[in-house]
Amino acid sequence: MGEDFRIDRRTAIQWVAMASALPWLQRPALGTAGAPAAEPYGTDPRLNHVYKPGDLWPLTLPPYMRAAAAALCDVIIPADAESPAASAVSVVDFIDEWISAPYEAQQADRKTILEGLGWLEIESRKRFKSFFVDLTDTQKAAICDDICYLPRAKPEYVEAAKFFATFRDLTAGGFYTTPAGSKDIRYVGNVALARFDGPPPEVLRKVGLPVPPS
Amino acid sequence: MPLVKPDGLGEYDVIVVGSGAAGGQAAYTLAMGGARVLMFEAGRNYVPEQETPMFQTRADAPLRAASTPDKPFGFHDATVDGGWQVPGEPYVNTSEDDAGRFDWWRSRMLGGRTNHWGRYSFRNGPYDFKPYSRDGLGFDWPLTYAELGPYYDKVEMLIGVYGHNDGLENTPDSPPGCLLPPPKPRVSDLLIADRSKKLGIPVVAGHRAVLTRPLDHRNLPARLHPGNANAQRILAEQMRDRAACLWATPCGRGCSIRATYQSTTVHMPPALATGKLDILVNAMVREVTLDKKGRASGVAFIDKTTGESRHAMARAVVLGASSCETVRILLNSKSTRFPEGLANSSGKVGRYLMDTVGSSVEGQIPLLEDLPPHNEDGASGGHMYAPWWLYREQLAGKLGFARGYHIEFGGGRGMPGVSTVAGIEWLTGGSYGRKFKEDARRYYGSFVWFDGRGEMIPNEQSRCEIDPEVKDRWGIPVLRFHWKWSEHETRQAAHMQRTFGEIIEAMGGRMKDPVIVDGAKAIAPGGSIIHEVGGAIMGDDARRSVTNRWGQTWDVPNLFIADGAVFASNADKNPTLTIMALAWRAADHILDRMTRKEL
Repeated sequence: MGEDFRIDRRTAIQWVAMASALPWLQRPALGTAGAPAAEPYGTDPRLNHVYKPGDLWPLTLPPYMRAAAAALCDVIIPADAESPAASAVSVVDFIDEWISAPYEAQQADRKTILEGLGWLEIESRKRFKSFFVDLTDTQKAAICDDICYLPRAKPEYVEAAKFFATFRDLTAGGFYTTPAGSKDIRYVGNVALARFDGPPPEVLRKVGLPVPPS
Repeated sequence: MPLVKPDGLGEYDVIVVGSGAAGGQAAYTLAMGGARVLMFEAGRNYVPEQETPMFQTRADAPLRAASTPDKPFGFHDATVDGGWQVPGEPYVNTSEDDAGRFDWWRSRMLGGRTNHWGRYSFRNGPYDFKPYSRDGLGFDWPLTYAELGPYYDKVEMLIGVYGHNDGLENTPDSPPGCLLPPPKPRVSDLLIADRSKKLGIPVVAGHRAVLTRPLDHRNLPARLHPGNANAQRILAEQMRDRAACLWATPCGRGCSIRATYQSTTVHMPPALATGKLDILVNAMVREVTLDKKGRASGVAFIDKTTGESRHAMARAVVLGASSCETVRILLNSKSTRFPEGLANSSGKVGRYLMDTVGSSVEGQIPLLEDLPPHNEDGASGGHMYAPWWLYREQLAGKLGFARGYHIEFGGGRGMPGVSTVAGIEWLTGGSYGRKFKEDARRYYGSFVWFDGRGEMIPNEQSRCEIDPEVKDRWGIPVLRFHWKWSEHETRQAAHMQRTFGEIIEAMGGRMKDPVIVDGAKAIAPGGSIIHEVGGAIMGDDARRSVTNRWGQTWDVPNLFIADGAVFASNADKNPTLTIMALAWRAADHILDRMTRKEL
């Protein structure tokens, strides 16, 4: 991940310099940069088929943003005793698929995500003179704490907080739909059963409902 | 599935337009009864056994199966070539705002919307057929519950519906042997039932068309087709081939093991096995044609594979194209004899269009947090529901709206989707990192949702007609909709919101936003619940209705309407079961008339 990023560092520096010259509202060009010319999958796609990001339309997240996106995914969903970090199960590919999709809602998110990742780099340079991916955990947290909750964000962080909310939702959406993520929240369904037994007694007891005699 | 081509048509007794609940049931009954049937479907052939995405996870789909304009209910939803917008098949609204708009859902595929529907299967009650007599609003049906009851019995036995008999007001019980046992409730169901009871709201077993055990193939065929050995043999074989639910994979994707009702898995296989049914797919009916005596001679249609106009003939025509499409065919069937459209001497074709009143609330229930993991997939839809309970208060004028609603609800640890752990910062205060992962574990499975499904009273402002200019890609004039809710509906929606808020509160739960007080804001736009009915209502008076009590049009004796267009009211009960009961009854009537050489 880091290797890929370094290859593009020169481009990234130029891009960050360009972006940092513009205030939030005057940066529509960043959001639409490289907007995909993909075709929708249409009203009759093959349903019982396994798709991977990139199968239906090209992935378009600029390479110099990919490392920052992965780093932010892992700030939101780091590895712990229960499950791996988001980037370890390719959540960035999903986010890339999402923002590259030829649909209105996803295109709106594309603008939010690309502008937000741009802001993140600018903010990292401003505060710590470094790329986001190279910040320490404490430094990343210092930025994220300012933007992680929209209702409490200071006025100058409102736009960034909206970005963070969208990015967190996408990261969680990408992560908890994977086998590792589903296991983490203990989804145990999607298996054929001979019969459906309903909640086990310990569940009913915990909720305070009567346990029927077996 | 054996299909015919426009060049290979035989001779037919009946043309059935549409292949969903109405067309499927009509074709089934007619073919089992010995009539030669040609069925038209505007969409493509669809084979659930081969196409259903059973067991796919959301990660197997593009965008984690999220809803898109191409697939409004998500990627894995069974619907193909369908939605509120269909490419090349526009319609017009006279108003674009939410209050005055009707969004028209269509499914252009064999089996229509029965492939993805919610499987909720409720009987209308006695009041629901005589609403005008009860409160002076809307129209009475020209038949009673007692007359349609035996057909509800038949449909339940044929398709397989789970539920209980609870003996509740205007919520009919089924005779013994009709219903399958309901699935065990989930913990959220039990908690909702317990707390609702304290509010005086009855919560009982849901009724859905899902096989909780195999159908009784030894006894049911004889009850359904007495004296018809061939039909009994065919049905017994088909019932044996339908598996019971395996308690996984959402019904809305369709069911390759035929454990739920879809026209394609329940009606068509036995109908085809009689050898009496031919199916023509990709065939878009534009009008019903007449002979010199003013009787229906057949249908004119577009062969979508070539774009050519074609014609097919039969002794009788049954329209089951979905309420609005049926209306559209009638209004486009203009002749010197019927300059305002076929069967429209009353001027009522396109009138009294109805949908279901819908409003939803979601809550988060601390009691349901951090529960021991267990499988809650069940029959995928509701295991329980709350039928309308305030009949007395309503009749006494205490509620401010005239008709009732039932509550569909759910909750629990469903298959994770793209929004399962989204938008929870109102609970977490914006956590990220390890805390966010702990929060996800804590809150997953702790949400419950409530959907109100209520009766809309027919009104003069909610209707459709042919747009004078716009045509679809086949050159067929399209519908233009007018829509208006009355205060009976908007106040009902406000009552739903208040009630759901009270239930959530009684569960010790919380809501992200307060419930919506203004009913006009709480009500879902027309058409969004996809329970479109009316438009060619049945009645006792040829001047004020389009068909008689058999679905036979007053103006054209061999033209019948089998779908929701004939509904004279739209009770809170979801319409599919009633559509099938009416279609079976209409088809029996046609067979009877044909035997007597009256058709």
